[in-house]
This record gives sequence, structure tokens and C-alpha cells, in this order.
Amino acid sequence: MTIYATYNIKGGVGKTTAAVNLAYLSAADGYSTLLWDLDPQGAASFLFRIKPRVKGGGKALIRGTKALDDAIKGTDFDHLDLLPADFTYRHMDLLLKSTTKFAALLKPLAAEYDNVFLDCPPSISLVSENVMHAADVLLVPLIPTTLSVRTLHQLTKFVAGFDGRRPAVRAFFSMVDRRKRLHQEITQNLSAERTVVSASAIPALSLIERMSVERAPVAVFAPRSQAARAFRALWSEISAGDAASSNGLGPQAVR
Amino acid sequence: MTPDLRGPELAGKEAGTENGPERSNGDPVSAALSVLAQTFAIAAEPTPSGTRQRTWLDTFDWRLNRAGLVLEYEHARRGGRLLLTKDDMTQAEQPVSGWSPTRPQLASDLPAGPVRDQIVKLASPRALLPMAKAAGRTSVTRLLNTDGKTVARLIVDRSSVTSAGATEGLPPRLTIAEVRGYSGQARRAAQLLAEIPGVAPAPDAFTEALTAVGRHPADYSNGLDTPITAAMPAAVAVATLLLRMLDIVELNVHGVLRDIDTEFLHDLRVSVRRTRSAIKLLGQVLPAGLARQYAAEFKWLGDLTTPTRDLDVYLLGFPGMADELVAASAADLEPFRAFLVKRRAREFRKLTAGLRSARFKALVADWRQELTEIRDGGGPRKHRKLTAKELAVSATGRVFRRVAAQGGAITALSAPEALHDLRKRCKELRYLLEFFAPLHDPEAYRKVIGDLKALQDCLGEFQDSQVQRVELHALADAMLAERAAPAATLLAMGEIAAGLVLSQGEARAAFARRFARFAGSAGRERIRVLLEADQ
Repeated sequence: MTIYATYNIKGGVGKTTAAVNLAYLSAADGYSTLLWDLDPQGAASFLFRIKPRVKGGGKALIRGTKALDDAIKGTDFDHLDLLPADFTYRHMDLLLKSTTKFAALLKPLAAEYDNVFLDCPPSISLVSENVMHAADVLLVPLIPTTLSVRTLHQLTKFVAGFDGRRPAVRAFFSMVDRRKRLHQEITQNLSAERTVVSASAIPALSLIERMSVERAPVAVFAPRSQAARAFRALWSEISAGDAASSNGLGPQAVR
Repeated sequence: MTPDLRGPELAGKEAGTENGPERSNGDPVSAALSVLAQTFAIAAEPTPSGTRQRTWLDTFDWRLNRAGLVLEYEHARRGGRLLLTKDDMTQAEQPVSGWSPTRPQLASDLPAGPVRDQIVKLASPRALLPMAKAAGRTSVTRLLNTDGKTVARLIVDRSSVTSAGATEGLPPRLTIAEVRGYSGQARRAAQLLAEIPGVAPAPDAFTEALTAVGRHPADYSNGLDTPITAAMPAAVAVATLLLRMLDIVELNVHGVLRDIDTEFLHDLRVSVRRTRSAIKLLGQVLPAGLARQYAAEFKWLGDLTTPTRDLDVYLLGFPGMADELVAASAADLEPFRAFLVKRRAREFRKLTAGLRSARFKALVADWRQELTEIRDGGGPRKHRKLTAKELAVSATGRVFRRVAAQGGAITALSAPEALHDLRKRCKELRYLLEFFAPLHDPEAYRKVIGDLKALQDCLGEFQDSQVQRVELHALADAMLAERAAPAATLLAMGEIAAGLVLSQGEARAAFARRFARFAGSAGRERIRVLLEADQ
């Protein structure tokens, strides 16, 4: 089982759209896939038309009174399940007592799933630290701005400081506007300089925003679109697993 | 979708009227869709509907079915998939290529994998036969909640079935497939379907496929299970039993001629032996002269089958024999195996010629006619007052006394022939007990059979070891005569012969104890209880 987490300290950078589309593509490749919508706003759950509600809330999951397994819902797509968001997830930080709780909770799912995607809320908190400790690969969407790049640097440094097990960091540009010169410069320069950044980027397209209207991954309602092609290229790169060996951070290989 | 979770399956039935078949509420699938549409939004699955071709497999004697297992082969564009289920739960599945279920193949010839691992012991040495084939189209409709989320699926399977050359269309099969986390909605959808007139719970697909072509699971066994009763005239009961044995002979001829697996011949031979014993021990109630005439014919049939079966037994036991070699290696025995295979091919040709002969055909047809007349006419007038129960008690008592007398006379110094004779008597007794099993008290019967079986095993081991040793010698001579016997092979055969001497010695040592248990005072008492209960 490989655990991918879409993470960025900033909000509105395309974490959820990435998680939803990549999880869908993983399932379409035949991998048994689970997406855990950890964001109390429940955007990923909404996109799969699943109510953002877990019986007993986040407390029941964290304390183990409800197994993750029991809260999982089937999506409309083969091999793809979702663990829905719940508004009580906003208090998850208060319930977590260690940084390895998520890893322990997810372990029993290894028999059932090949790939797990964690869609994290923005922020740096005990929840995000848990996610980083549980994940094999951190997928970091970056808007091509100087500040975003600085954030990536901070994150890679933070992860490098972990004792023992460390996730691979795989950043990719998101919401890229080809008309903006700054976007062009940063994507070109950074992709060339840092192998931690994927060659595939996700452009800013109204079709991606349309996901919230269609309530489906782009490959479902616009399979031949530029957006669908971009996510497919990104998934090909990620699933090939080259991030693990080339980011220069000494992370563990993708299992 | 969670593919392995399936709701109850329902078959749409087409109601008939006096004026001919007429569909109830039109097409049952349309009826189902209109009912479901009142509770769910419905949408066709975007992926195209698929065709599905399935073949169900089992041994001729339904070994998998008797163990509660269903083995299915699903055809795919390249190769296929074997699926083993029990009570609708998947036990194992395995993709297979280069293996086709269209003709019978030995279970041991299945490609390695989890399905083979689970069934090979159970099914061997039998072949897996295609019992029924279904081909059809599957279409899927999604059932949506108010958010447009798929909460269940309606799967419609329209298939036709082929078995033994007959093809029959099946009623459409409706399945509600559950989506994980939405079991309530799947239950609701299944309930709505169940309330539609003309839609009824479907039996499992395999049973339905067989029923459609006029068969049912476990429609063959070599058991006698005849409808004889205690008060029935003895001749009628004996004719009924013999007709059942004749059925078994006939049912196995096809499999013997096609050489599908060794057990067709085995079952045929068991039935011939039972017939010969019944003629010998109970033939006095048949019309005069009939027993003598057919005893000779069935002896001919038995003798015809013996050489092939003996060689089958050798070949089936070959891996075991090779495993027990200490000084020689398994490879040393290879020329011996090749010799056996060659000889079997020769004997098998003689056997098939015999089974295709006019003599065999006349034997079967005439015997059936004679027996049918007795069964339907009540048998010879002079025996009409004798009941089946009276015949069972007198014949069983007589043979038991013979067994007790012959066995009691055997000492450590007795010749092997004495044990061979006793084995024959024991076999006769066993058959008699089985013939009349429906008339016996089940508990008393079980006790007697248990002891007798232990004694028979011991005598069987003794005699088989002796016979095999003599045969091994004869085969070695024959191999030498044909210059097909390397020294290493003869040495390995010698080692096998030595092993047989040891087995025979062990069986001989166990005899006294086994016999005492069967025919000692407690054993006699068990037989007395059995026969008295009958009276």
C-alpha cells in the first residue's frame, strides 16, 4: 500500500482537485484506491456526491471506537472508495496525542488497498504532522509564486529533519496561468533546478473549476480535455515512483 | 462499486396462460425499472454492457457439489478465470491460460494456483467435466440518491444455457449490487424488486442453468439408494436393485469408452461385482435358469474389465510407489511406468472392443427387459409370499455365519488362500448389507458396517499386496521378454516387491484382532440386533 498525501500549508492551491483526480486515475488503472477527505470543509466528499458525515465524528475514528473500514463509502467508480469528511475533523488536533496515530489507523487497510490518498486541510498542525508521518509521498501543489517556492523549501527542510522514516516530497505546479510571465519564469526555472518538482504541471483552467458543478473528476466528464491530459501526465509521473529516488532528500522509496 | 457484495438475486418469471406464454407486466426488466424509478433516479452505466460466458465444472460424481463447492470458469478474450465459491462466498480464484474447459481434463492437470490447491485432492483422480455453459449479455443500471450519487446497481443478466447439446434461454436474472456504505439502499431496492409480481428469488446460477436443461446437481452417484420396502415381494426388490446396478453400468460406459478418467471403469466394475453377488446370493427368487445364464455373462463382463483396471491401479499408485523407494530412485522406475502405459493401451483396446460388441449390447438390453418384467409383474408365483425383509434376514444371516466359520478357522499357519476366500465372503456380506440398507435400523447398520469395513481393509491389504507381488514378478518377466527392462528398473521393482511383503505381513498381524472385533461375541450381538430389529 502506498500512501500519498496532497499537502500545502496554504489553501486554494488545488490540493483537493489533485487528490480527487489522481485517486480516480489510480483506480482507473485498476489499483484498489481509497481517498480520505481530511478537510472538515468536505470538498472531496462533495465532488464524489458523498455526504460529509462520519458516524461518531473524528473522535470515534481517532479513538478507534469506529474502525476506518466501517466509515468507508463506495464512490461511483470501480476500485475507488472514499472515507468522508466530517465537520468535527476541525477538532482533530485536540484528539491526536502523537504524530504517528494516522499511520497506525491506516495500517489495517493495507490488505484492501493498493493506494491511499489523504486530502489534507491547509495549515501546519498535529494533523498535518500525522499525515507527513503516515505518507510515503507528499504531493505538494505549488502556485508558481516566490512565496510558494519558499514554502516548499521550508517543507522539505522540515521533512528532512524527521528521525527514521521520511516521506518522499513531490511538488508540482498547480493553477499555472501561461499568460502570466512570473508563472512562466518560475515554472521553467524551478522545474529545471529542483528534481523534487514534477515536469507535469496543472494549468489554471475553468474546466477544473467546473468539477464542482459536474461533481466528478475531470477525466469522467471531459476525458479528452487538456485538464484530463494534465492530470494523467502527472499521475503517470507520480505512479512511476521516480520522485522517491530523485529528490535528493534521502526519503524512503515509494513502497 | 464493491464487486463482491451482491444482493439477493431474482429471476424474472414469464407467466403462462391457457392461450400460450404471456409476459407478466410486460418485460420483467421494464417492470423492475419502473418500480425502482419511483424511489431512485436511474441512469444507465456509462461503461458498455458486457457479454459473459461461463462454464461450470465438476467431476462426473459431483465431488465438488457434495463438498458444497461451485467451480466456474469465466471465459475472457485471452484465457479465462477459475472461480471457486462456497455458499456464494469466494474461496479462491485464479486466472488461467492455455487451459480450456470445453473438454474434460483431469483435475491434476489444472494449472498451478489457489483454485487447483483447494480442489485437486478432492477431485482426483477424476476429470473435471463441463456440466453446463451459459452465455449472455449483462447490462447495468445505476440507482441514484437525491445527490445523484450511485447507491446501488441493478445488473440484468440475459443468458442461455447449453448442456449435453441442449440450449435453453433463461429468464432474465436481476441482481442488486451493493455499493459500500449504502447497504440500506441496496436492501430497499431488492425489497422493491421482490414485491413485483412475476419476479421470484432466483436459485443459484448453476442450479438454474442445470434445471433449464433438465438436470440437477448430484444427479449421478454410484450408491444404490433404491426405493425397496420391507413388505415388497422379494423378487421385485431384487429386480429393483439389479436394475439400479444396470443403470450405473450403462451410465459409465460412455466415460470408459472416451477414457475420461479411471473412475468410470471403477464404478462400472463395482456395479458388475454387486450384480454378480446379488445373482449368486439372491438369484433363487428370480425365474428358473435366469441366474445361471446371467452369472456367466456378468463374469465375462467382469473379466473383460479386470486387466485395464489392474493397470490403472498400478499407474494411480505410481507416485506413491516411487516416493517410498529408499535404495533406488524414482527415475529408475520410469521404464516400468512406460511399460505399464503401453500395456494399458493394449488392454484398453480389448476392453473398448468388448464394450462395443453385440454381446455386451445384448447383455444390457436383455437383462433390462427380464428385470423390468419381474419388477412390474411381481416375479415367479412360487416366491410371491416371500418379502424383501425375509429375504434380507435369511441371506444376510447365512453369509454372516459363513464369514464367522471361515474366519474362525484361520490360524497363523493357514495358507493365504484361506484369507482370500474370507475376503470374498466379507465382500458378499458387505454388498448384502448395502442392498438392504433401506430396511435396516440405521444405527445398528452403521455399527455393523464400521467393523466389517475395518476387517475388509485388512484383508484387502493382505490380498492386494500378495497379488501385486505376483503381478510385479510377471510384469518383470514380460519386460525382460520385450527387452524393456534396464537393471536399475528391475532393482527398483524388487524394492517395491520387498515393500509389499512388509505390508502383507502387517496386514496379516492385524487380522486376528480385526476379525475378533467383527465376529467375536460383541460383533455377533451387533448382527443379531440388526437382523432381529428387521424382524
